[in-house]
Amino acid sequence: MSEALEVTSAPSIANGQALPLSEIPWLSENDFRETVVRRVEAGGRLSALFGRPCEDDQRLRLIAVIADPLNATFHIAATEVGDRFRSLTPSCPQAHWFEREIAEQWGVVPEGHPWLKPLRFHPSYREGHDAWGRAVGETILPGVQPAGTDYFKVEGEEIHEVAVGPIHAGVIEPGHFRFQCHGEHVFTLEIELGFQHRAIERRLIGGPHKRTPHYMETLCGDTTAGHATAYCQAVEALSRGEPPIRAQALRGIALELERLANHTGDLGALAGDIGFLPTLSFCGRLRGDFLNTTAMICGNRYSRNLIRPGGVTCDVDDALAEAMIAKVEVTLRDVEGAVDLLWKTPSVMARFEETGQVSRQVARQLGLVGMAARASGVDCDARHDFPTGIYRFAQIPLSVVDSGDAFARAYVRWLEVQRSGKFVLDQMKSLPGGAVRGDVGKLAPDSLVVSMVEAWRGEICHVAITDHEGRFAHYKVVDPSFHNWIGLAMSLRDQQISDFPLCNKSFNLSYCGHDL
Amino acid sequence: MLRVLGERWRQGYRTIAFPDGEPPKMPPRYRGLPVIDSSKCPDGCRQCADACPTDAITAGDTLKLDLGRCLFCTDCTDACPEGAISFTEDFRLASRGREGLVLDGKAFQRAEALDEKSRKLFGRSLQLRQVSAGGCNACESDINVLGTVVFDLGRFGIHLVASPRHADGLIITGPVTENMKRALKIAYDATPAPKIVIAVGACAISGGPFVDHEQQHNGAGSVVPVDLYIPGCPPHPLTILDGVLRLLGRIEDGRRPLTGP
Repeated sequence: MSEALEVTSAPSIANGQALPLSEIPWLSENDFRETVVRRVEAGGRLSALFGRPCEDDQRLRLIAVIADPLNATFHIAATEVGDRFRSLTPSCPQAHWFEREIAEQWGVVPEGHPWLKPLRFHPSYREGHDAWGRAVGETILPGVQPAGTDYFKVEGEEIHEVAVGPIHAGVIEPGHFRFQCHGEHVFTLEIELGFQHRAIERRLIGGPHKRTPHYMETLCGDTTAGHATAYCQAVEALSRGEPPIRAQALRGIALELERLANHTGDLGALAGDIGFLPTLSFCGRLRGDFLNTTAMICGNRYSRNLIRPGGVTCDVDDALAEAMIAKVEVTLRDVEGAVDLLWKTPSVMARFEETGQVSRQVARQLGLVGMAARASGVDCDARHDFPTGIYRFAQIPLSVVDSGDAFARAYVRWLEVQRSGKFVLDQMKSLPGGAVRGDVGKLAPDSLVVSMVEAWRGEICHVAITDHEGRFAHYKVVDPSFHNWIGLAMSLRDQQISDFPLCNKSFNLSYCGHDL
Repeated sequence: MLRVLGERWRQGYRTIAFPDGEPPKMPPRYRGLPVIDSSKCPDGCRQCADACPTDAITAGDTLKLDLGRCLFCTDCTDACPEGAISFTEDFRLASRGREGLVLDGKAFQRAEALDEKSRKLFGRSLQLRQVSAGGCNACESDINVLGTVVFDLGRFGIHLVASPRHADGLIITGPVTENMKRALKIAYDATPAPKIVIAVGACAISGGPFVDHEQQHNGAGSVVPVDLYIPGCPPHPLTILDGVLRLLGRIEDGRRPLTGP
């Protein structure tokens, strides 16, 4: 029975490979659940689980993408459901956030979901279908739970509730944090998002059009290189084209410079959140130096307008390469000097160590990705597990630390700074020749593609489905923050509330990348 | 302690002299203030207007480019067969009025200072509360970076504060999502008068890439009156700093000549 399931029920594709929709079997709801649950139990990870309406708009198609790192493939499972279906979450906790999204977007109820709340606080995409029974046109207030759900509450003597946000201290995107506390001690943290929702996914349908690349670059504006690369990979897979190798090297450089800038800024901000100002000061400048290196390539500090289907829009000649190498070398040395102070200062280590621990078991169960997962000892990295582009030829060693605390999340960043720095220098010193952009043909009709990139926070997963004209019938974007916000909530359990800024910064998740 | 001091000595003093002295050089590929030369346009050509992702360009007798919608990408310059649009390295883009952001071939009017009374109040001490109402984190980051040593906002008496109650004004990013509309209004109402509002980035001015989407409101002006518009996607930190300093009368063309046209 299980062998039959293995072979026929979930076709597998590589990262950046298109599959005709006709090759995806439509499973029964039971077989779909079995496939997803068994594959995740066997070591897979749920990278995407989303809905799209059937033509008659009455039933909903569910599509699951299960990443199989051992075989570097993705398994695709699909089924059709009506207004209710049996939730996967009790057997597969990784599905929990996805099922909330499906419920909110399509008005379908995953029965048995342990914590069914809205995700982004917007009306259902299908009028007349609402998972919480709200009427059409009813006002939806962000952060206000619909009838039948509520914030988790702890009752008792001296329990108090702390609510922060949407606007919270600092120059930062909005989100709502609800703490249940006893004095300084936090029992639980509940996070509600949706304040940044700009309704982007709906606008991708019918593309690519002239705004599409700009959406990809701004849906999560500090991960421009990450999402732009994922989008271009999807388009190139659908048009059976591959960008020239020089372009792939430049894309890798842009992606790693983005990682370097953000990690450097984060290490500084982590120092700031515990009051250690020297590293905060130095890293504040050094982050800018990495951003300015990116601007040397394309004129924009966030690599806007650089990565496009077919390759990249700007080339780097020998003189520019030399200037960039010199700048990166100096910056890396200064980052080392600034960050070294952290590990050598006992008061800093005392704040970092054992704060906000997330165990490897919890990280695996909840399907955390990226830096946060690697800091809990989970060895997942899409550059390693599902390499595309330049990462097929140049490997960056994985940065994994076991302790799962704020120190681990800081130290993983430091390891990645060193390794990405070396990668950028190696690539700049040995850029392959040739063009930087090739042509892109028409997109294959009636096809599906999964495109995954390891952006600086973690794995980005784009799933594109084309219609019979080769235009996007559906486009799903999963930012790494989608998986990881629950990790932050878990890390605050049994911690001091004064450690919240430190824990929050140690994850540094995207609000807009989650809210789209 | 000695280690920290040693590192500080090694890293050196890094604050730029701006606004005094020569402004720092922008990277060669930086896209600053666009210039339009309608005389180069072939008859009836609309390539740039059609290519622009946010419809920032109106083609007609004269070409008009709305900096408030402009993402400073290269879709228009790539589409133009005659080089009628090009980007300069001029980073001074802020404007007091929304209409002032529409370029039509005449000289760009840079932001003037606030009235004398406001300058007396805010000129040497301005506290700003940043509100992200759907921003993608690029504008937020480039505002945040102004507090770091290179730009050192604090030396102008400008600080980003944690509460609107402590603030003299709001500095807003993002197109104003539906889910942040109420929070933005509450933050504005909570800010004691007299107060100012600065809109940073294409989203906060016009909705940016999300213009006319559902679930958002095409910029800060939909909720609050705006005193200063700083275009860009995101605007370079120097553009933001230049704009705010002009608002406070700390930079005035003619009195402090800067290089450039």
